[in-house]
Amino acid sequence: MAQEQAGGHELYYVPSESKLPVWLAFGLGVMLYGLASWMNSTHTGGHGNEILMLVGFLVVAVALYRWFAAVIAENHAGLNSSQVKRSYVWGMGWFIFSEVMFFAAFFGALFYIRFLALPWLGGEGEKGIAGQYLWPDFSPDWAAGVTNPHPAWAGPGETLAAPSLSNWLAYLPFYNTVILLTSSVTIHVAHTALKAGDRRKLNLWLGITVLLGILFIGVQIEEYVQAYRDMGLTLDSGIYGSTFFLLTGFHGFHVTLGTFMLIVILARCLKGHFTKEDHFGFEATAWYWHFVDVVWLGLFLFVYVF
Amino acid sequence: MSAVIDAHHDDHAHGPAKGITRWLYTTNHKDIGSMYLWFSFLMFLAGGVMALVIRAELFQPGQSFVEPHFFNQMTTMHGLVMVFGAIMPAFVGLANWMLPMMVGAPDMALPRMNNLSFWILPFASALLISTLFMEGGGPDFGWTMYAPLSTTYAPDSVTFVIFAIHLLGASSIMGAINIIATILNMRAPGMTLMKMPMFVWTWLITAYLLIAVMPVLAGAVTMMLFDIHFGTSFFDAAGGGDPVLFQHIFWFFGHPEVYIMILPAFGIVSHVIPAFSRKRLFGYDSMVYATSSIAFLSFIVWAHHMFTVGMPLAGQLFFMYATMLIAVPTGVKVFNWISTMWRGSMTFETPMLFALAFVFLFTIGGFSGVMLSIAPADYQYHDTYFVVAHFHYVLVSGSLFSIFSAVYFWLPKWTGYMYSEGLGKVHFWLSFLGVNLAFFPMHFSGLAGMPRRIPDYALQFANFNAWSTVGAFIFGLSQLLFLYVVIQSIRGGQKATAQVWDGAEGLEWTVPSPAPYHTFATPPEVK
Repeated sequence: MAQEQAGGHELYYVPSESKLPVWLAFGLGVMLYGLASWMNSTHTGGHGNEILMLVGFLVVAVALYRWFAAVIAENHAGLNSSQVKRSYVWGMGWFIFSEVMFFAAFFGALFYIRFLALPWLGGEGEKGIAGQYLWPDFSPDWAAGVTNPHPAWAGPGETLAAPSLSNWLAYLPFYNTVILLTSSVTIHVAHTALKAGDRRKLNLWLGITVLLGILFIGVQIEEYVQAYRDMGLTLDSGIYGSTFFLLTGFHGFHVTLGTFMLIVILARCLKGHFTKEDHFGFEATAWYWHFVDVVWLGLFLFVYVF
Repeated sequence: MSAVIDAHHDDHAHGPAKGITRWLYTTNHKDIGSMYLWFSFLMFLAGGVMALVIRAELFQPGQSFVEPHFFNQMTTMHGLVMVFGAIMPAFVGLANWMLPMMVGAPDMALPRMNNLSFWILPFASALLISTLFMEGGGPDFGWTMYAPLSTTYAPDSVTFVIFAIHLLGASSIMGAINIIATILNMRAPGMTLMKMPMFVWTWLITAYLLIAVMPVLAGAVTMMLFDIHFGTSFFDAAGGGDPVLFQHIFWFFGHPEVYIMILPAFGIVSHVIPAFSRKRLFGYDSMVYATSSIAFLSFIVWAHHMFTVGMPLAGQLFFMYATMLIAVPTGVKVFNWISTMWRGSMTFETPMLFALAFVFLFTIGGFSGVMLSIAPADYQYHDTYFVVAHFHYVLVSGSLFSIFSAVYFWLPKWTGYMYSEGLGKVHFWLSFLGVNLAFFPMHFSGLAGMPRRIPDYALQFANFNAWSTVGAFIFGLSQLLFLYVVIQSIRGGQKATAQVWDGAEGLEWTVPSPAPYHTFATPPEVK
């Protein structure tokens, strides 16, 4: 941390004015306006503004690409003092924490439903009286996930709850757990190789990590297809399907984003970016990947196993 | 390497760029802070007009002015606009202006993201306010968006409201990340954590609250979105969900949220009162610990907003006692402010008047909060005007008064000119009168049983409501005077010295007024 330089302090690099933030904000606004109007049009029958959504998305994508390119160029030009670099580290760390809290809301919903609301709805406990009045015949069975109080929600025929251990070899979520845990190890090996200056090994293990990420997404798609096609487990099949698809879906979305980030840093590695000492772009992605992994462990335990 | 830095530093070190692009493309914390403050004032006027529509309708019983459906849209939008458009951005604007100066930094830690955080706001607000002009009208389910009013029975425009809230949340999260990075990474050498000015401390803790709860709100509205558009049943008991789930998640966000809107106010008052009492802040350490305790408690009291919804007895007791605990650290703060004034050489310039009014009126709001925390009593108060009185005392005469205090306090530092003290005092007394006339009678109408969010009421509440409406209009119109005072101070007047207030302490008073475009190129030493 070279704080002191001859006769005083290292200057902090404050970037000169930039067109990117206001364009990005504009793109986000347009994209979400288009998305909302498109969503509404699907059930009101009016016309939506999908075009706006796509235009907004394009603006967002271009702005983000140029933003990251600018930051990388600044770093390569040596503009970033160690203090500036620390700011980026703080930024990424707290961004991941905000993501943790986003998932915490969904996990909280799952626990509240499973352990409080559903038993009450089934007539148990202090608040059970409402359930006895509304749906006296309803008795919740989470493991089966099949019943809902009102027939408008059909309920899935079966759920993806974990079978007995001996059957795990035919259980897709088990494979995904292995894949994701392995990928956390492989990216760590790649990181170690980067720090040791072994570029060939770095590229190899980072490439393997990317493949594992893609494999995970593939298995999850297969799992969703089975759920929709064979099991009747859908988003609108009642509360089991709601929590299942929201939690695993948003996780899958984050894996997709993480895989995209991995592909980007793989491309950068192949171009010769990152040095032994200076590779925060790599580390930030690795952190994100580990975070996605930890969330999956929570999912596997509380959505699938228990 | 430093030559490169110097060369690059030069092309923007000489001051602001010219024209509109200065504001569109800026990375300067002062420019962005000014934009935040102007934007929040604009939203304050918009939300204020909505409040006056509500008060005009309630001036007398019977339907007199607007349709009930529009009335509902006004109460909803007034809440959303004031919380997300006025109060929060005003505090972020103050943070932008003051934090780098207070910690001795050249700028915020992440200047481009800073500009992104700001520019998201106009687009998000446009998305939000445009719903008023859509088919079926804007959101009419209250700013708390309780399901199923906000899902099964919502107007179509709710989709736009949801995305507007996603955007506003993203903006807040990025702003909070920026503030944490600035405070933890950019302090001048020698400024240890326990030497930080109180406004910096309170904002650090506020930023943690923001990062912890804004994503939870995003999760809540996302579940709404899925219930509306994709057939999920999170908030529908028929599909195995529970509408009360929404309230739990919302208030897990919502209660820390109200502290997000008051902790920076505590910081401001902890600067203004010492300055005009010409004494050091009494009990600095205990202020820091009290603020941290309040922040921690804010996470475990959320269900006191929903005592009447049906909750097991153990839950009601827990949330009741936890809520009462908050009065302890808050009391520490109030007594510290009073002790700071004790035997001080006090003068009563406009910032001090607003700060003093803050201490008095916020404490009234705090006391009514303790009343509301008593679960069995809350069965009577719940959803009455007593609640409206309570949270307007803490949000208007609390948060908003502290913002006024801060603006008068630091305005000479921003513009280089003193504001008109006489007009400032007129603004204060009109606001003070208006606030109390508008909101004090609501305690009585509420205790007598008048429900909130209803466009009509029984005859016995007529006098209270007439007074409230008169007070609201006095308060609303006197804010135009505030606008005039600020513009006058920007355009000229008596030159401000660097020190401005003889009792004020802190790094921001060591630089000239107006503060240079880039305050500290190299960090100052803090002893």
